[in-house]
Amino acid sequence: MEAVLALAIGVLAASGVWLLLRPRTFQVIIGLTLLSYAVNLFIFCIGGLRTGADPVLRDGVDIAHYADPLPQALVLTAIVIGFATTALFLVVLLASRGLTGNDHVDGKDGTP
Amino acid sequence: MSAHLLVLPIVLPLLAAALQWLLGERRRRLATALSALSCTGLVVLAGVLVAAVADGDLAVTYRIGGWPARFGIVLVADRLSALMLLLTSVLSLALLPCALGRWQAAGGSVQSLFQFLLMGLNGAFLTGDLFNLFVFFEVLLAASYGLALHRPGVRRVSGGLHYIAVNLLASMLFLIGVSLIFGVTGTLNMAALARLIPAVPDNTRALLHAGAAILGVAFLVKAAMWPLGFWLPRTYAAAAAPVAAMFAIMTKVGVYVLLRLGRLLFGDGAGPASAHFGADWLLWGGAATVLVGVAGILGARELGKLAGYNVLISSGSLLGAIGLQQGAVIAGTLAYLVISTLGIAAFFLLAGMLAPHEETEAPPLLEPYDPAGDALYADEDETRATLPAPVALLGACFMLCAVLLAGLPPLSGFLAKLALLAPMLDAGHGATMLFTLIVAAGLGTVIAMCRTGIQIFWADEHWVFPPIRAGEAASVLILLGLCLALTVLPDAPLRYLEATARDLHAPWRYIDAVLP
Repeated sequence: MEAVLALAIGVLAASGVWLLLRPRTFQVIIGLTLLSYAVNLFIFCIGGLRTGADPVLRDGVDIAHYADPLPQALVLTAIVIGFATTALFLVVLLASRGLTGNDHVDGKDGTP
Repeated sequence: MSAHLLVLPIVLPLLAAALQWLLGERRRRLATALSALSCTGLVVLAGVLVAAVADGDLAVTYRIGGWPARFGIVLVADRLSALMLLLTSVLSLALLPCALGRWQAAGGSVQSLFQFLLMGLNGAFLTGDLFNLFVFFEVLLAASYGLALHRPGVRRVSGGLHYIAVNLLASMLFLIGVSLIFGVTGTLNMAALARLIPAVPDNTRALLHAGAAILGVAFLVKAAMWPLGFWLPRTYAAAAAPVAAMFAIMTKVGVYVLLRLGRLLFGDGAGPASAHFGADWLLWGGAATVLVGVAGILGARELGKLAGYNVLISSGSLLGAIGLQQGAVIAGTLAYLVISTLGIAAFFLLAGMLAPHEETEAPPLLEPYDPAGDALYADEDETRATLPAPVALLGACFMLCAVLLAGLPPLSGFLAKLALLAPMLDAGHGATMLFTLIVAAGLGTVIAMCRTGIQIFWADEHWVFPPIRAGEAASVLILLGLCLALTVLPDAPLRYLEATARDLHAPWRYIDAVLP
């Protein structure tokens, strides 16, 4: 499972970085989104991977059988904040598209 | 002093912002009163905090929800935090007249964004928890996106687009760094981290260093170190004058965090494997930033860009001085941080007053060679009379700004630079290099400012001086007056800064205060 998760994070991050370096704002925002997925998965798995383990304490279960709840709390916060800032970026992107008439990140399209 | 006071610098602007949002566009006067109340309250609070930590032995801590510090979030005000709080609140209060004059037409939402920005800044200075720091960074960044794009035009939107993209990427790096550090140590409390780092086993220490380095990159983007700071001059030049002036402190947030975490986590007590981790990078990166800043101010053709490259010089000098890791340099570093923030803020305001065409697409360039452009200016000259007194005021303020930023005697800019440079003389090769660069940067600033001043005030008879709004003049005069006051009364502030530097050199006081 570790290998699959590592591969998934790697592929997401690589595609995100590639798209981020592209000249169109749409590609940039998709790239940022993919990158934030990769980061969120990364935070999620930093506490160690366990299947079927509970993060919330229950009576009569040994402490060794729990998953670390803190990364899960962190990733929730990170998802919410990432979502909000991406939405904000989307608004700016639309404003830029409306003002300049194209979706190049510099506001100028190189092609005639 | 009650420890509950510590949460007020965050809650007060939050409340003001929320109320202003509810008031909406209609009750502008009430929103303005709320802004004034909140900013004044913040100055008072910061003053109380500074007074509380100036003579006391311990940092003031506040545990949110009463949780023990390792599990809950803790707010800490030691001398450094209190100093930054005071600087932020004083800057915001000084900018208020200018911002209100300009935003009277813009309604309550801009004012509440300004308050949200203050909340994020105060939170970032107070928090003792890495993930909480991330949250406050996002708060202040989200507010700054809104402010940077206030009344958008093509120039502002495309500058803002780069700014947001770069900062979103930096936030991801922040998260990766934080989670790596959490993965190695199992805590995000700064004081607990400082205790754990000397004992980290060698096989995971590399991972810890990688996390810290990635985290550092995120802060260096904020502090605009070369080559991570290309977004800065463009965004700052495109932003409205009071916004750009407030942004002068945002690069200092990055510098503050690097200073705090560098001394706390990778200070002398971090064990031989981790002590002074990354210091060389800061030193050489800071030096490169100063170089880029000097090249920038010498080549800048807009006042806004000139101010933006001044930010780079200040940032680079601070980063390089932090990279030296010398206790003696830190007091001077802090003095330079305060004076350069105030001076640059005043200069951004002044740039806005001299080039009021900010709503149009292209601000006037400093070298109007184009004859057609000259004719345009001449036309405007006939319609708009310029009074000699405001021009004299502008010229005097410009000269004061130039003297402050270049660090010439007799103003406080010189005192700060002296305090920064004097201990560098006997601190090794890197220090000599940085010393030379900072002195050369001062020379470059003098040349660039002289050239600009001569062009605007003496040579260019077609330059149209706009009518001065009282609020803008008041803001500039307050900021410059503060710098003048620090020139006349440097003793008590310098003693405070030296005590702060001693604190930073002995981080166990901070650690013991947070984790008793």
